[in-house]
Amino acid sequence: MPVFDLSVTPLRELNNALHGLAAGANDTAFEVVNPRGHHSVAVGIDAPVTVDVKGSVGYYCAGMNDGGKVTVLGSAGPGVAENMMSGTVIIEGDASQYAGATGRGGLLVIKGNAASRCGISMKGIDIVVHGSVGHMSAFMGQSGHLVVLGDAGDALGDSLYEAKLFVRGSVKSLGADCIEKEMRREHLEKLYELLDKAGVSGVRPEEFKRYGSARKLYNFNIDNADAY
Amino acid sequence: MCGIVGLFLKDKRLEPQLGALLSSMLVTMTDRGPDSAGIAIYGNGNGDKAKITIQSADPMKDFGGLEAELVKALESYLSIEIKSTHAIVTLPKDRLDEGRTAIAELRPNVRIMSSGDTIEIYKEVGLPKDVISRFGVTSMSGTHGIGHTRMATESAVTTLGAHPFSTGADQCLVHNGSLSNHNNLRRELVREGMTFGTQNDTEVAAAYLTAEMAKGKDLGEALTGALSDLDGFFTFVVGTKSGFGVVRDPIACKPAVMAETDQYVAFGSEYRALVNLPGIENARIWEPEPATVYFWDHEKAA
Repeated sequence: MPVFDLSVTPLRELNNALHGLAAGANDTAFEVVNPRGHHSVAVGIDAPVTVDVKGSVGYYCAGMNDGGKVTVLGSAGPGVAENMMSGTVIIEGDASQYAGATGRGGLLVIKGNAASRCGISMKGIDIVVHGSVGHMSAFMGQSGHLVVLGDAGDALGDSLYEAKLFVRGSVKSLGADCIEKEMRREHLEKLYELLDKAGVSGVRPEEFKRYGSARKLYNFNIDNADAY
Repeated sequence: MCGIVGLFLKDKRLEPQLGALLSSMLVTMTDRGPDSAGIAIYGNGNGDKAKITIQSADPMKDFGGLEAELVKALESYLSIEIKSTHAIVTLPKDRLDEGRTAIAELRPNVRIMSSGDTIEIYKEVGLPKDVISRFGVTSMSGTHGIGHTRMATESAVTTLGAHPFSTGADQCLVHNGSLSNHNNLRRELVREGMTFGTQNDTEVAAAYLTAEMAKGKDLGEALTGALSDLDGFFTFVVGTKSGFGVVRDPIACKPAVMAETDQYVAFGSEYRALVNLPGIENARIWEPEPATVYFWDHEKAA
């Protein structure tokens, strides 16, 4: 199993090795040690590999992930899994700002807390946070699901499009055009599926509230001019 | 972009390493700001003496003979230690203001970087590692210090545009972010009698804090006022005589990471600035909340 020690090996060698994998390659499990807050660890994966990072990372870890499974046994800096296309990213510790930003697919699981702007501009990614999220989470979220077992900060779902937000704890305040919505059977089922995929137990979908777009902001209507 | 580092030592045994630890943190942040760098070090007090840090663009000419002239002008003990483009003037505490006036009269081109009992500020244009080496920061010792690397966005790359900016005796400010109402605020502050050496937005923030404290607010109140009076992005770290303060604007785009152990409280714009600190693997790591003023203080620590 390839092991990259980032205290002695340049980061570029790790990322090049991950990018250079041919289809059907034998070594598909990578280990990274001593990440020491490096930025851009394991970015641009486009093969079904697993990468275990033993420590905390800086910005943009697993950015643009397409099909890989990246686990960070530590915390992550801003922009973890940004623009993920598919695959899984698991953060055992906390995540800093804009986790999962503009993600198009895949699953991002944060076992600790995420900070502000979690899921900003999400475009299909599913994010499950065991802890709490900070202010302006899911800002302008277009599609995908954000599930928060803890609390949400100010301005949740500000300027939301069609991303679906589920929060179990308290919401400090809702952002522009974001409202609480009815939990119907299909939402409970989807939530159950996401919690299961994210390895969450001891929590039931009925404990969550659903939030979504009031659809008055992103659909311009002269009658709603007061709301703009 | 700019990068900020700060280190507040709880364990006195680490004091001889303050400069070395802070230098390593600052050099790691070079990517965030290669234009200029600056450091404020709070060294150990010297009984009844105070210090003024001065800077000159022509040190040979300005510092030559200055010690003798100042001793004559003040009729008092006084010594000057020259470090490249900067110099530390040590003089009796009760003659501090006269010292500042005398320096301004004898050498009008010399700039005063800081004054107080323990603070020394060094800042110059250039890469952090070059600024550090020029002033011998790695061998400095002290109780706490803050450092800054600059990526100039609102004003020119000059010595005076570098941070930290002095906001008062033993007090200074560094800033990551950019202010948008600094021109307006500068006009108001000029009307209130403040003077400015640059077009720099951070210089305005420093003057704002100084002016608010002159009106009777303490530093905490002045920083709280800054949250409504300053428009723009900011993570501020303020050095004080006995510690340091941190505040982030309400939107909090500009990063801030803190680490605490039994030995120290550390600040960095990025986690990787902290990874060389002793015991970092077991430190409590967190990010300060937006719109909240934090202080760490030797006098209040257990």
